[in-house]
Amino acid sequence: MTAAAKIRTGQRRRNWSGWVFAGPFSFFFIIVFIAPLAYAIWLSFFQPKMVWGVSQGEEFVGLANYVRLFGDPNFWSGVAGVALFLAVQVPIMLAISMFLALAIDSGRLWGASFFRVSVFLPYAIPAVVATLMWGFLYGARYGVMASVNNALGSSIDVFSADLIWVGIGNIVTWEYIGYNMLIFYSALKTIPESLYEAAVIDGAGEWGVIKAIKLPAIRGSMMIAVIFSVIGTFQLFNEPNVLQQMSGNVITTYFTPNFYAFQLAFNAHNPNYSAALAIVMGLITMIVAYVVQLWGGKGAEQK
Amino acid sequence: MTKAAHLRSRARLHNPKNPRRSVLFTVLTGVFVLYSLMPLVWLAINATKTQHDYVSTFGFAFGGSFALFDNIAQTFAYRDGIFGRWLLNTLLYVVVGAGGATLLAVLGGYGLSKYRFPGRRGLIAVVMGAIAVPSTALTVPLFLLFSRVGVVDTPWAVIIPSLITPFGFYLMQVFSAEAVPDEMLEAARLDGSGELGTFFRISLPLLAPGIVTVALFAIVATWNNYFLPLIMLTSEEWKPLTTGLNDIKLQTYSAAGGQSPLQNIILTGSLLTIIPLIIAFLFLQRFWQAGLAAGSVKE
Repeated sequence: MTAAAKIRTGQRRRNWSGWVFAGPFSFFFIIVFIAPLAYAIWLSFFQPKMVWGVSQGEEFVGLANYVRLFGDPNFWSGVAGVALFLAVQVPIMLAISMFLALAIDSGRLWGASFFRVSVFLPYAIPAVVATLMWGFLYGARYGVMASVNNALGSSIDVFSADLIWVGIGNIVTWEYIGYNMLIFYSALKTIPESLYEAAVIDGAGEWGVIKAIKLPAIRGSMMIAVIFSVIGTFQLFNEPNVLQQMSGNVITTYFTPNFYAFQLAFNAHNPNYSAALAIVMGLITMIVAYVVQLWGGKGAEQK
Repeated sequence: MTKAAHLRSRARLHNPKNPRRSVLFTVLTGVFVLYSLMPLVWLAINATKTQHDYVSTFGFAFGGSFALFDNIAQTFAYRDGIFGRWLLNTLLYVVVGAGGATLLAVLGGYGLSKYRFPGRRGLIAVVMGAIAVPSTALTVPLFLLFSRVGVVDTPWAVIIPSLITPFGFYLMQVFSAEAVPDEMLEAARLDGSGELGTFFRISLPLLAPGIVTVALFAIVATWNNYFLPLIMLTSEEWKPLTTGLNDIKLQTYSAAGGQSPLQNIILTGSLLTIIPLIIAFLFLQRFWQAGLAAGSVKE
């Protein structure tokens, strides 16, 4: 560091003027994030008090809501649903995204930018519209699925208990392969030319370059993509919510944890229990995201 | 390495004019392009069909008559023009909500990257932690808080939560650290320029590409938001397009038990909902990649 730079850094002393810029964001951040979080924790320690079916306010129940939640089969069935989804849909989606990013970056495609734009396009489509479109396509009576069944003589019904998760998985995959592809592709674009040159001098083939240069370069963004997918999956709500009426009674009121939280707060009028559920899900999400980060960091050290 | 050798080695692996571009590989990868575009093509085709053609013709074939304009007219006439109202509401939420979110993220991210102030580290830690908190976990408690102060079922209930985008805030922090040189700010200070004046005259133009990226993410998130308005709004006249469209679906499904007599309105409404976004998306697509690169590589 030069002397001049030192003086400059020294001049940028600690003072409060940064809050002029950070203040407005912080103010709304407190309203939108901190306040509801604190309120949810507070709420989760209470229970609506009913006397002869008439609400008598709330009473303090300590950790009773949490104890009840851990023994609630509806909650665990929702958690199992999204956990399975996480284990199956997310790897498939990320594998496709990675394949597409590598393919577009390889320079072996005709019209690569057309590929990039069209695969990313579904990200701009609202989940409601995406689900309505796919829901109509799935329709066993008038949808394209009906035509497929007619042609094949099959009777595939996506809106059956066996296939509904597949149907939802397909919609989520469709929505996000392009988004994840672009995350990976951006990481590939930051690889310096000199690395490729060195690889060529070393006589590395295309697979060698992918293994030695491209995959390690994607590593950091892979972690981000996995974390975003974990957060998104544990929040799963919009797609099953829009499909609910289209699919008859296959989608229960406790289909995913978020579904159950919604049902508890607005139909069962038990916001306290719903708040406890939201907090537990938030904690599970953060723990899983943290584990992913540890695992990603550990892998990087071994490299 | 000489310039020629440099070009040659680049050509072997990466030159887009590489003669080794493969038709077979393109076709195989093209399956995913087909997958991505197929539902949108289906939507565009079926928005041109009458109700009768929809149930009687193949999904990827046009119907007997071209009814798109009739469908659009029907969509805007549906229930005294409620669709137009929803469209205006969505625009309101996008302009005020996403616009405000961009402004707050730009100011905040810039402040964080260019100033050292008491509480700075704490603020960064809390906001980064917030990225991992599922926003839907907070929506129900937020609803309860808002209902205490009488904000529920007003536009503010959708606009205020839309104002905060932790990801945009993070992007702006990374972006300002790179795009605005400290030396330039120091020079402006020595010239006697105030902090806000310096921001608007010097920093803002340098931040423009980052601002477009953050705005794009905020616009798409607000335009597409479903869970928040679903919880916060019950009055039809304040709903945005997303929950509105779902309402049409709900009504027709409960009325007809599976088969929707308002199919053409739902499909045409869906098409009208996504067209503005697709246009914005295609024109501004290079900013997406810039944003994702900054967000994912600089951790």
